[in-house]
Amino acid sequence: MQQIHTKEITKPEYLTDLERNEIDHEVALVPHKSAAVIEALKIVQHYRGWISDDSVNAIAAYLQMSAAEVDSVATFYNLIFRKPVGRHVILVCDSISCYVMKYGDIYKALQEKLKIRFGETTGDQCFTLLPNCCLGCCDHAPALMIDNDLYKDVTIDMLDRILTKYT
Amino acid sequence: MERPLTQYIHPGCPPFDFKEYEMTGGYSALQKALKSMTPQEVQKLVQDSGLKGRGGAGFNTGMKWSFVPMGEDAPHPKYLIANADEMEPGTFKDRLLLEGNPHQLIEGMILAAYAIQADVSYIFLRWAYKKAAQLLRKSIQEAYAAGVLGKNILGSGFSLEMHLHTGVGRYMCGEETALLNALEGKRATPRAKPPFPQISGLYGKPTIVNNVETLCCVPHIVNNGAEWFKGLSNSEDSGTKLYGVSGKVNNPGCWELPIGVTMRELIEEHALGMKNGYQLKGVLPGGASTDFLTTEHLDVKMDFASVAAAGSRLGTGTMVVMDDATCPVGFVHNLQHFFAQESCGWCTPCREGLPWVEKMLLSLEQGNGTNEELELLQLHTQLLGPGNTFCALAPGAMEPLQSALKYFKEDFEMHVALHKCPYGE
Ligand SMILES: Cc1cc2nc3c(=O)[nH]c(=O)nc-3n(C[C@H](O)[C@H](O)[C@H](O)COP(=O)(O)O)c2cc1C
Ligand code: SF4
Ligand code: FES
Repeated sequence: MQQIHTKEITKPEYLTDLERNEIDHEVALVPHKSAAVIEALKIVQHYRGWISDDSVNAIAAYLQMSAAEVDSVATFYNLIFRKPVGRHVILVCDSISCYVMKYGDIYKALQEKLKIRFGETTGDQCFTLLPNCCLGCCDHAPALMIDNDLYKDVTIDMLDRILTKYT
Repeated sequence: MERPLTQYIHPGCPPFDFKEYEMTGGYSALQKALKSMTPQEVQKLVQDSGLKGRGGAGFNTGMKWSFVPMGEDAPHPKYLIANADEMEPGTFKDRLLLEGNPHQLIEGMILAAYAIQADVSYIFLRWAYKKAAQLLRKSIQEAYAAGVLGKNILGSGFSLEMHLHTGVGRYMCGEETALLNALEGKRATPRAKPPFPQISGLYGKPTIVNNVETLCCVPHIVNNGAEWFKGLSNSEDSGTKLYGVSGKVNNPGCWELPIGVTMRELIEEHALGMKNGYQLKGVLPGGASTDFLTTEHLDVKMDFASVAAAGSRLGTGTMVVMDDATCPVGFVHNLQHFFAQESCGWCTPCREGLPWVEKMLLSLEQGNGTNEELELLQLHTQLLGPGNTFCALAPGAMEPLQSALKYFKEDFEMHVALHKCPYGE
């Protein structure tokens, strides 16, 4: 991770009005500001795609927390992205039922089609490929999610049709 | 056969809205409780019904509620939380209830909140359940509009707020004290117990965390009584259970059945047996953190006591079937990879031990394992076992490992002897 520059911590203007309004709404629901930090991270990620060091600093300043505190939370959760991701994030379930139903074959096919491995983003910034824990539809394994869409009983043949929806 | 929790769930059809739910008897339990029962009477009824938590631990729900301070001097606000984090690999039962009948959960939560006199309630929903989130949001709005949420519910003087909280992905968020930390905007590490959440939970106030399925049972118990609930089962435990089967079976799925059906019935009658060409080799009866059972256990009843007597746990009741073409070492490696990744890092045996276990299993699977490492794996099942770690994640992780080392010992030894995976994986 890049070094966090302390001078930036005093610049709450790094949050947009829209982001600030939404964060204020969450802050109003909790007893102290810092309790809204996960919501704030979600909101900022929603608008920016990922959480940069500047975003960490901006949230920290706004919620009167240290940047380290915000980052300790941001880095704990699997779906807060501390690195840039593509426009669409593909989450491939790599848990046990999908393992038994050979998610590995799906992953291999995705690797070949997109020329990226887990943790990587395509050159055109379209897709990021990530492994994910059980998606809760093990009776329709193997499963994957792209953004908000769940795909079940995935076969290699289905992949092209699925991917073109996002390109 | 009665299926109270799923009778109105038709996969593929949208769930009932408020009106439809009400027309089929919905919110009548709430009316009944608010009009004719004290909070303590609801607690007592649920305790007498024998309802045990469906989140994995199987503790009597009414008894759990009875530890919450009640009366004039009780601290407020008190909280009621529905645990809808469902991230145990192989588990997909709460999704059915959340997507299939959100008002049933909401009514169960209001009743539970009334029983403990909670002021605020949360649904802690995992991030991946997008459809459930949308349906719950809509249903909560409908419930407010109809006056079953908010101030002075149905003129009873009882008030309750309800919020939907979606997580950002971490298995530990399902552990009830870690869930409280996550709700408070912190890392999802567990808290020391005591104090138990019933006394000091969310923001230090009395809090009950219950599984979705547990809460969905409550309206039916209030409507039909404790004896009826007991009569639903064919075992010592009460009620029905959402059972699931996944793996290479002909009809993987989730069904509500009397608690205590046998594993054979589930696999053969409901999942319609193994796919052509595959034999059953092992079963995780209740999710990733339960001990393997094997073919010799097919007639074990799937209730809390019987599964425990067979050496495993009912857990979430959703079983993962391992077939004879799947390598047990690879299978257990997949599980340990999950647990190592999801370890919250709070205590050393788990933080350091699980990655080591995972690495040893990987090297075994790749043909580089030694007999010494097999012993080390065995040792870890004790070092990471109950009592040595801060929460139940690591002991849970050791359950499938220790039982795999017991039932599939030959497979482990073959990997060492052949210097490769005999299954070609
Ligand atoms: C690592 C870990 C993860 C858990 N995940 C869940 C979960 O996703 N859903 C759930 O209901 N219980 C989960 N539990 C169990 C909860 O801690 C708690 O026992 C349960 O929510 C209580 O509800 P019940 O009494 O209704 O079963 C988990 C426990 C552990 C140790
Ligand atoms: S056992 Fe694992 S998950 Fe539980 S507190 Fe310790 S490190 Fe965290
Ligand atoms: S294991 Fe893949 S969806 Fe559950």
